[in-house]
Amino acid sequence: MRLLTHNMLSSNIKGVSNGFPLRLDVENSVSKEVEFNPDFLRNMFSKIDWKALVDAARSMGYAELPEEAPDSSMLDSDEFLKKFHHALLELHLDEGALICPETGRRFPVNKA
Amino acid sequence: MSSRPELQAPPEIFYNDAESRKYTSSSRIMEIQAKLSERALELLALPDDGVPRLMLDIGCGSGLSGETLSDSGHQWIGLDISQSMLNVALEREVEGDLLLADMGQGLGLRPGVIDGAISISAVQWLCNADKKSHEPRLRLKAFFGSLYRCLARGARAVLQVYPENIAQRELILGFAMRAGFAGGVVVDYPHSSKSRKEYLVLTCGPPSVSTALPSGKNEDGEDWSDEDSEDEENQTVCISERHRPRKKLKLTKKTKGRQWVLNKKEQKRRKGDVVPADSKYTARKRKARF
Ligand SMILES: C[S@@+](CC[C@H](N)C(=O)[O-])C[C@H]1O[C@@H](n2cnc3c(N)ncnc32)[C@H](O)[C@@H]1O
Repeated sequence: MRLLTHNMLSSNIKGVSNGFPLRLDVENSVSKEVEFNPDFLRNMFSKIDWKALVDAARSMGYAELPEEAPDSSMLDSDEFLKKFHHALLELHLDEGALICPETGRRFPVNKA
Repeated sequence: MSSRPELQAPPEIFYNDAESRKYTSSSRIMEIQAKLSERALELLALPDDGVPRLMLDIGCGSGLSGETLSDSGHQWIGLDISQSMLNVALEREVEGDLLLADMGQGLGLRPGVIDGAISISAVQWLCNADKKSHEPRLRLKAFFGSLYRCLARGARAVLQVYPENIAQRELILGFAMRAGFAGGVVVDYPHSSKSRKEYLVLTCGPPSVSTALPSGKNEDGEDWSDEDSEDEENQTVCISERHRPRKKLKLTKKTKGRQWVLNKKEQKRRKGDVVPADSKYTARKRKARF
């Protein structure tokens, strides 16, 4: 599972008031090359919860993203876009689980 | 046509390992699902700017529908209730991320993040009560409510469905409208029993020009809303087993008189809902033999 998807998911278990972000339990992560498309990244940027992405990427051993939510002028920087691209689309949680932040319920993740 | 899969077993049981494999190795099925997905993507009417979008494929199965999204360059998230179907999708190395989930429990997605959703041949499954705890109306409500929330304002969802009968189509469409969607049903090839296909074309957000319903393929110049009013006439005959009590309710409503019906229709029109044109048949008295 890519971090793009992790960033969109929110636990909807009954009674949970804030199911986002799901915690990551990373047993194994892999990186797969994906074609770089700046248009997609610019389109997605406003929808991404930056902190959740930074934390998730770090838990998978990737710490290159700026800590602070960048302003949209960064979307002209190829260097920034490449890092954003890698974190969002190329890092995969291959084996592990997503964990509901309120109930602690585990959703197992396996194979990409 | 053999009996409907929906009537044989719950989806996660019907689509077991053997069936999932069979489904995905039939070239006839592959071709049909690809065609349906291409048409759904067309009806989504995404801006023609070449920018890849984040899409959802609901009841994605083994990924036949999602592949159409990948072919057009989009990123997608797929969800399905059958682990066997998802296993086949994994084997086939589809590009979308796959989630094992029951759409009837609502989609666990953040609000406003999805650019468009498709669902091919899946949503009619929600009309079944496969477990004691299943109440189709609650499941439809949870599904459409959560779908509405996760879509970006102005985004569309196109759901190709095989309703068992008119009552089922109305049930599904009714819950979509209640969730706040504008839109209606587009019927391709309405006069062919074989090629006839139905798509719920739903737009998120207040009605506007962009919510006007596209026309179906090969409608023979017939206004499909005319066809719809014909359907309404048939409804009293096509009482489905499952929704009998609800049907009765509808019938009693009809006794409220022509003016009441006309007012209601006008109200719905103002809301942007698709309503059949008024005619001399509107709310007329029905013969006792019904
Ligand atoms: C006919 S298949 C279509 C699969 C795929 N969309 C395609 O075009 O090939 C219907 C799919 O809907 C799924 N489905 C049925 N009920 C579901 C539910 N409640 N939640 C999620 N998926 C469901 C089934 O498991 C099955 O994979």
